[in-house]
Amino acid sequence: MTDKNGFFDLSKTTLSRRTALKGLAAGAGLAVAPGFVRYSQAQSSAPIKIGFQSHRTGIGAAYGRWYEKTTAAAVKAINAAGGINGRQVEVIIEDDGTDPGRGAEVVGKFATQHKTDIVFGTLFSHVVIGSAPAAGEAKIPYFVVSEGHHVASTKLNRYVFQPGITDVKSQIQSMAPWIAANAGKKVTQIFPDFAFGYDHRDYLPPALKAQGAEVIAQIAIPPTESSFTKYFPQIPAETEVIYHVMVGPAVLTFVKELGEFYGSNRPQLFGFIDSLEAVDINSPGLEFLDGSHFWEGSPRYAQPDDSAAQKAYRAAVGIDDNGAAVGDPKDVSTAAHMFGCWETLYVVKKAMEDAGYKGPEDRAKLVEATEALTAFAEGPEHPQGPKTFNGKIHQCFGIQNISKVEGGKLKVVHKTKIEDGLYEAEGDYTKQAL
Amino acid sequence: MHFGPHLLLAALEGLVTSAVLALTALGLSLVFGVMRVVNVAHGEFFMLGAVLAWAITTAIGGHPALGFLAALVIAPLIVGAIALIAERLVLRRLNYNPEATIVATIGMLYIIQQLALTFYGPEARPVEPPFNYRILLPWFGYSGYKLSIIAASALLLTATWLVLTRTRIGLIMRATQYDSETAQAFGIAVGRVYGGVFALGAMLAAIAAVLIVPISQAHYLMGQDPLLLSFIVVIIGGLGSLRGTVVAAVLIGLSDGIISMFFSPTLAKIIATLLVAMVLVFRPQGLFGTASR
Amino acid sequence: MSEASPAKAYALHLGVIALLFALSFLLPEYYHGLLARIMVLAVFAMGYNMLFGYVGLLSLGHAMFFGAGLYGAGLAVIQLGWNVPAAFAVGLGCGAVLALIIGLLALRTTGVAFMIVTMMFAQVFYLLILYFAVWTGGDQGQVVPQPARVLNFGATSLDLTNPTVRYMSALALFSLVLLVTLATVRSRYGRVLVAIRENEERTKMLGYDTFSNKLIAVVVSGAICAASGAAYALLFGYVGSSFASVQYSILPLLWVLLGGAATTLGPLIGTLFMYYVIDVTSGYTSAYLLIVGVALILLVLFFPKGILGTIRQRWLGWLP
Repeated sequence: MTDKNGFFDLSKTTLSRRTALKGLAAGAGLAVAPGFVRYSQAQSSAPIKIGFQSHRTGIGAAYGRWYEKTTAAAVKAINAAGGINGRQVEVIIEDDGTDPGRGAEVVGKFATQHKTDIVFGTLFSHVVIGSAPAAGEAKIPYFVVSEGHHVASTKLNRYVFQPGITDVKSQIQSMAPWIAANAGKKVTQIFPDFAFGYDHRDYLPPALKAQGAEVIAQIAIPPTESSFTKYFPQIPAETEVIYHVMVGPAVLTFVKELGEFYGSNRPQLFGFIDSLEAVDINSPGLEFLDGSHFWEGSPRYAQPDDSAAQKAYRAAVGIDDNGAAVGDPKDVSTAAHMFGCWETLYVVKKAMEDAGYKGPEDRAKLVEATEALTAFAEGPEHPQGPKTFNGKIHQCFGIQNISKVEGGKLKVVHKTKIEDGLYEAEGDYTKQAL
Repeated sequence: MHFGPHLLLAALEGLVTSAVLALTALGLSLVFGVMRVVNVAHGEFFMLGAVLAWAITTAIGGHPALGFLAALVIAPLIVGAIALIAERLVLRRLNYNPEATIVATIGMLYIIQQLALTFYGPEARPVEPPFNYRILLPWFGYSGYKLSIIAASALLLTATWLVLTRTRIGLIMRATQYDSETAQAFGIAVGRVYGGVFALGAMLAAIAAVLIVPISQAHYLMGQDPLLLSFIVVIIGGLGSLRGTVVAAVLIGLSDGIISMFFSPTLAKIIATLLVAMVLVFRPQGLFGTASR
Repeated sequence: MSEASPAKAYALHLGVIALLFALSFLLPEYYHGLLARIMVLAVFAMGYNMLFGYVGLLSLGHAMFFGAGLYGAGLAVIQLGWNVPAAFAVGLGCGAVLALIIGLLALRTTGVAFMIVTMMFAQVFYLLILYFAVWTGGDQGQVVPQPARVLNFGATSLDLTNPTVRYMSALALFSLVLLVTLATVRSRYGRVLVAIRENEERTKMLGYDTFSNKLIAVVVSGAICAASGAAYALLFGYVGSSFASVQYSILPLLWVLLGGAATTLGPLIGTLFMYYVIDVTSGYTSAYLLIVGVALILLVLFFPKGILGTIRQRWLGWLP
C-alpha cells in the first residue's frame, strides 16, 4: 500500500517524464519549434510526419499519456524495421485539451503549419466529432483510436478512419450472448447520461432481446454527478445483472457506493473496463468487484495463453504482467484501448505502402488504399487479434475479451468471435467525393 | 424500493452533500463577506486538500486512520500557507479590486490545476477511510464513515461559529466585514485580517476535501463542481451570513437528493438548478441577507 | 472618454478592418485559419463587453447565448435542412429571445447575485442540451454537413468551407459588429448605459428607465453573442455542448478583461492575445496552462485596465 516513490519524490517524476518524452524522439523536438521545417517534403528521404492529437490536459489526460507511450513504442518499432516506404516516421504532438474546439484547431495546425502527412488521434468522441470537419475540409486523412460508433455511423466524412479498434456498437453486440447465457436474463443498465452511455442505452436492449434476455431498467447518471447512492433504489429488486459503464474520475466512488449499498448480497455485475482504465483494480473499495466480469479490448493482465506477438507488444510499450508501467506498479495503463494506437499505425504503414505514398499530394490515394483494406492478420502488427475492415464505413471489427476479477487480477474467461460483432452498414463513405 | 426507505436514503445522501458543501461554502462566504473578493480558485484549494490528503496518507502508511488524521491536520495547514502567500503576493497588490481579483484567481486556478496535473498526474486516486463500517439497515446498507462526515462537519461549523461570535478574532473579522475603513480607524490591521481570512477560507475548503476524499477520489479537476455549488450556496444563504450559508447548504443538498427520487437524474438536476435560480431571482438578497447591501 | 474627434475613432476602426482585410492575403495558411476563428470569437467577446464593459453587469452565463446561436443555426441545418442565411437568422433569433427571457428574470438582481443567477441559467441551458440529446447530439455534438454549408446567390454560390470565403465571412461579421458597437457607445443610448454603470440610482433619479435600458443591453449583448455562435456553427461545422459549458462563460470575460473592458477594440485584442499565448506556449510545453495563469496574474498586476484600457489611460485618451 505504501508507495515511497510516489508523490514526494519530484526528481523521479520529472525523470520518468523526460524518459517518456525521449521515446518520442525527433517528434518532440519539432513540436518544440513549430514552423521550423527541416526537410522539404519533396525529398524522398524526408521523414513521414504524423500529427498526433493527444489528450495531454483535460479530462482525458490519463488516456493521453498512455496513448503517447504506445505510439512512441510503435513508431520506434516501425522505424527500426526501416520505416514506411523506406522513410523514417516522425511524430509531432499537439495537446487538444480534451476539448472539441481546440481539437479542431489542432487538426488545422497539423494540416497548415506542421504540414504533417496525416493526423492521428484521439480518444474522446466529442473531440473526434469536433475535429472531423476540420480534417475533411483540409482533406487530410484523420485516423482515430476512439472506439465510438461515430466513424462507422458514416456521419463524419471520407477522411476519418478507425482501423485499429472495434467500435462500441460492435463491442456491445458481441457481449450480449455471453451476458444472457452466463450472467442473467434481467438486466439493469447504469450509464452516464452522455453520448458514450447512449451507445450502450441504444444498442444493448435489442442485442439482449435477440438472445432471449431483457433490459428491465435504464438509469442514466448526469455527467456532473460525483455521488451515486441516491440512484440505487431505482434498481429493480428482480435485477439479475447490473450492467455498468460509468467513466471518469468518479467511477471508484460508484463502485464503492454500490458495494456499501448491496454488501455481499449483490446481483451479477458486468461492466466495461473503460470505467477502470488507469485505475488499479486492487484500490481500496474495489474489493466489491471480486467475481464480477468486464469487457476488455486487450487484456490488462498477461494471460497464460498470450501469443508471442502480445508478449513482444507488452515489452515494447513497457507494461508488466499486471498491466502497469515497468518499474512503477502504481502507474496502471489503459491497456484495453491503447493497443489501438499501435495497430492503427501499422494500418497506416500498410496503406501508405499500398498507395505508394510520397507526400501530401497522395492523400487521396492513401484514403482509397485504406478503404481497399479488408483484413488484418493477428501478429506483431496486430497483437490484440485478427480483424476485418469495412472500407465503406471506415471501421474495423475484432475479437473482444470478457474477463473475470479473480484474486485481484483480471482473467480472460471468454473471447468473442469477429462475427458476433458485425452489423448492417449504415452508409457508405466511398460514395463521397474526395 | 418502497417510498419510506427510499426517502431515508435520499435524505442521508443529501445530508452528506450538505455537510461537505457547508464547509466548503463557509470558506468562500468568509472570503466573500469580509474581503468582497470572488475567489474563483476556491475549488482548487479544495482539490489541493484532497491531493495532499492522498500524498500524506500514502507517505505515512500503517493504519489508514493514522494517515487520515495526519492529513486532516497537515493538508489544511499547507493549503492555508499557499493561500496566504497568494494573498500577499497578488491579491493585496490589487487592492482587492473585485474585477482584478476575479482574473487573478482565475490565473491561480490555472496555475494550481496545471501544477497538480504535472506533479500528481491525471489519475483519480483513492484514499482509504479511517474506518470501514457498513451500517446495515433493513432495506439497504450505508457507509458509517459517511455519517461521521455529517458529525465532523457539524462540529467544525459550530467551532467556526463560536470563533466568529465569541472571540476577539471573530469580533475583528466581523468589524472588518461590516466596515473596513472604520475598522482601520480603530486600529485594526485590516491587511492582516484579510490575509488571515483568505488563508482560513482555503483551509476550510481543504478540510472539507480531506473529509470527502475517502468516499470520493483525489483528481486534479475535482475543484470545479464544489466551486459552482459553493457560489450558489453563498448567494442563496445571503452574503456573509454563516447561518444562511449552512441553511442554504442543507437546503440544496437535501433538495438535490430528494428531487432525484421523482425525476430522471438529468431532469432532476435541471429542476433543482432552476428552482434555486428562481429563489435568487425573487429574493436577490438571499434567504438571510439584509435587503440593501 | 474624451470627445475630441469622432472622425479619428472611425478612421482607427476602419483602419483595423482594412488591416484585417489585407492580412487575409499576407498571412501564412495556418494563421489565416486561426485568425478567422479568432474574429468569430472576438464577436462573442464584443457581445460580452457590451453588457460587462458598458453596463457593468458581470454575467457568468454568456455561454448560453453563444450556445443558443450555435445550436439554433446548427440544428436548423442538421434537423430541418434550412439554408445558411435562414439558419443564421434562427440562431440570432434564439439568442435574442433567450436573452430577453433571461434579462427579464436576472435583471431583478444585481452584482454578485446577477453573476450567480446567469451562471445557473446557463447551467440549466447546458443540461437541457444533454437532456435533449436525441436532437442535439448531447455532449458528443454533431457535425454540420459540409455540403450544406454553402451560400447561394442565384447562380453563384459561396462555399463557407473554403478558407478565403470563411475568412471574409468572419471579417464581415466582425466589422459589422465592431461598427455597430462603436456607433452604440457613441450614441445617447451608450451614454445612458455608462451612466447606469457609474451610478444607477442617480441615473434613475434623472428620469431614465434603467430597467428597460439594461434589458435592451442584455438583448443586444445576447444577440451579438448568438451571432458569433451561429457563425461558428456554420463556418466551422460543429455544434457541441462544450461550447455551452461554464468554461465558455469565463472565456469572454477573460478576453474582455485582458483587452480592456469598455473599449471597442479590447475584445479583439484580448482574444488575439489569449489565443496567441496558448498557441505559442503549447508548442513548448504541455504545461501551457501554467504560463497562461502566470500571464493572467502579471497582466492584472501591471495592466489592471487591460491592454487597451491601460493604453487609453496613459497615452491615448480619445480611444473609444
